[in-house]
Amino acid sequence: MIRAHKFDVIVVGAGGAGLMAARYAAHNPNVSVAVITKLYPTRSHTGAAQGGVGAALGNVSEDHPEWHAFDTVKGGDYLTDQDVAEAFSHEVIDAVYELEHMGLPFSRTPEGRIAQRKFGGHTREHGKAPVERACYAADRTGHMILQTLFQQSIKDRVHFFNEFHVLDIILDDGECRGVVAYELATGDLHVIQAKATVLATGGNGRMFKVTSNAHALTGDLTSIVWRRGIPVEDPEFYQFHPTGLYKLGVLLTEGARGEGGILRNADGERFMERYAPTIKDLAPRDMVSRAMYLEVREGRGCGPNKDYIHLDLTHIDAHIIEERLPDITEFARIYLGVDPIKEMVPIQPTAHYMMGGVPTTIDTNVISDGANTIIPGLYAAGEVACASLHGANRLGTNSLGDLLVFGRRAGRNASAYAETLDSFPDLPAGVLDHTKDIIDAALNGSHEERVSTIRAELQTTMMDNASVFRTAETLATQVEEVERLRERYKRIGVDDKGKRYNTELLEALELGFLLDNAQQLVTAALNRTESRGAHSREDFKERDDANWLKHTLVYKDGDGVRIDYKPVTLGRYEPKPRVY
Amino acid sequence: MQISMKIRRYDPEKDARPHWQEFNLDVAPTERVLDVLNQIKWELDGSLTYRRSCAHGICGSDAMMINGMNRLACKILVKDLGDKITVEPLRGLPVLKDLIVDMEPFFDSYRAILPYFINDDPPPPRERLQSVEDRARFDDTTKCILCAACTTSCPVFWTNGRYIGPAAIVNAHRFIFDSRDEGSAERLRVLNDANGLWRCRTAYNCTEACPRGIPITKVIEETKRELIWQRM
Repeated sequence: MIRAHKFDVIVVGAGGAGLMAARYAAHNPNVSVAVITKLYPTRSHTGAAQGGVGAALGNVSEDHPEWHAFDTVKGGDYLTDQDVAEAFSHEVIDAVYELEHMGLPFSRTPEGRIAQRKFGGHTREHGKAPVERACYAADRTGHMILQTLFQQSIKDRVHFFNEFHVLDIILDDGECRGVVAYELATGDLHVIQAKATVLATGGNGRMFKVTSNAHALTGDLTSIVWRRGIPVEDPEFYQFHPTGLYKLGVLLTEGARGEGGILRNADGERFMERYAPTIKDLAPRDMVSRAMYLEVREGRGCGPNKDYIHLDLTHIDAHIIEERLPDITEFARIYLGVDPIKEMVPIQPTAHYMMGGVPTTIDTNVISDGANTIIPGLYAAGEVACASLHGANRLGTNSLGDLLVFGRRAGRNASAYAETLDSFPDLPAGVLDHTKDIIDAALNGSHEERVSTIRAELQTTMMDNASVFRTAETLATQVEEVERLRERYKRIGVDDKGKRYNTELLEALELGFLLDNAQQLVTAALNRTESRGAHSREDFKERDDANWLKHTLVYKDGDGVRIDYKPVTLGRYEPKPRVY
Repeated sequence: MQISMKIRRYDPEKDARPHWQEFNLDVAPTERVLDVLNQIKWELDGSLTYRRSCAHGICGSDAMMINGMNRLACKILVKDLGDKITVEPLRGLPVLKDLIVDMEPFFDSYRAILPYFINDDPPPPRERLQSVEDRARFDDTTKCILCAACTTSCPVFWTNGRYIGPAAIVNAHRFIFDSRDEGSAERLRVLNDANGLWRCRTAYNCTEACPRGIPITKVIEETKRELIWQRM
């Protein structure tokens, strides 16, 4: 069955960015707003964020938004657009206060103010020493943000389409007219027409074997818009978080190091002193993950296979661990049987965050080229978007700041735009064709290949060939591997042919999206012959500003990829060597 | 290790009534029940249907009854259950397919207690102040992930589906005991309903079921006491 709906503004995704966008759009009484999510809103992965949201409140020690902006630009290895970082570092302060005014239960200082802790790459006076900038609620800051925004959405009576999977966007005359969604409960297709559409669907970490990302994070929209001719920006910059639980990849917050935790190799050495003498264990994530890989490669890994690193919290007061880091303590106890109060925790880098994404302006308008040509009616915010705040490497806490600041902007701008349109433009013919095709291909495919087999091979090979360290050889191998997997994907099928809650069908479609994301990443990574931020080429070890101080834009070109570029917006901070 | 997993299956498109299906598998003792379900779905029977997302006990998607107790499938390991594992959907909510239940009645109860911050005073330019002690007062109940493990373990809820249930009370407590909030009178009025707070018979099932370690029975008792105080 096919159903049709009309809303002035629709928001795809119900994590922090989506719920914030919906809230701001709903502030305008003249526009109708709906949120579409393939989960229930409170299942969104914003809820897994732990350590805090960075904002220069100065509640614990002196801080300024200018210092935050500098740290963000330097952390991004100067690929960050500096106008975005400056606006962000000011606006995030207001966004944090707004959350508190919505009732978010931040942890508190003895004076009763929002508590703040140290985090990687956040410093005072442009790199002199770590500063307490991360505003936190124990180690469940993301959970509290998600809950608080969901609570507000109930107060604001936001309309939700829960467990609806968006499978296509509707573009006509270069403008966005809404989306096509598949209803999990019934198998019905819905055409959801909108004057303005906000994309807020998060990341694509499930292309890697070891990841902190939820099963749901399969890069759906970075694939869907790409199939419709919109480029993806900077996909080669993918962050590996240093402290994932060994083998599982479950995140252990950087806040653990902010509270004094130390990384040690098999000799018990605090090796980060060698890699980042000033801020040591609180260096940015790309540097720490590389240092860990090098320690393991040089034979100083821990355990019988010498393949992991230790996170040492044993010197920290047990009371502080239980009070400020209760969740991660429980993760270590349950999943590894290790008590962090008494023993060191085995960890390894885990695929965590896409710095790139759907390219947007500073005002969250999605753009279609390097000249910043806006696609009217289409907005993006949060991890799925690339406003170029994070550049080549995101600082810890800036993801939560990003989804607050740009979620607000997206909601505000989308509703203002929707209000300017008197009526809903007609839909183009055949809006359902592509969706029906991909569903049909999965349901009625030859079933010579299993989805899970292809996905597992993708995840293993991406981890081997395109993770923390890369070379032309590993990347070329992976380009071919992804190509082979894409061919095999054409021969998939499913056991479940039913209409009700056919989660197997959706896993099959998600794998199709994931394969597009992998193709974008490896092609751009092979193309960029320098090392910058999280993109580390062992055959091109230096940053090359003369040739590569520019953003990548990848376009779909038949079955292949076409690459173009977009200039970086520079500002007051001159690119300098990045030492900590 | 070799295990047998018995799963209660039901597909309304095919089955007249629910039935049991047994799978014999070789799994690592440290695997999560969710890993085992995934193994079945990915390798043996793609039609096995359940909700899941984060896979580490934060999102609340995969609450189900495992060996008779409500658990998150991603937060209980095979080695803690032994070689015979029984998995069924949460009780007291309509089963839609296999392990998926209709969550709407659960969220209706949640929405009923006004689960949002209420304070109509204009906020200060910076944060509202709150002491460390006042913040600690409701810390436990901020941990709720709305997984429904508590409410669907409650014998009162099983017999009276209109009982508001422990999860809604937990979330009311989160605001009632927040020194910044001013909506507690209205929430307590909702909880004082015939199907509200007083239906609780302190069975402690909710406390045992909570994957977040919230002392729910204690929380309900605190809320009952608060209601009595406010009425005096």
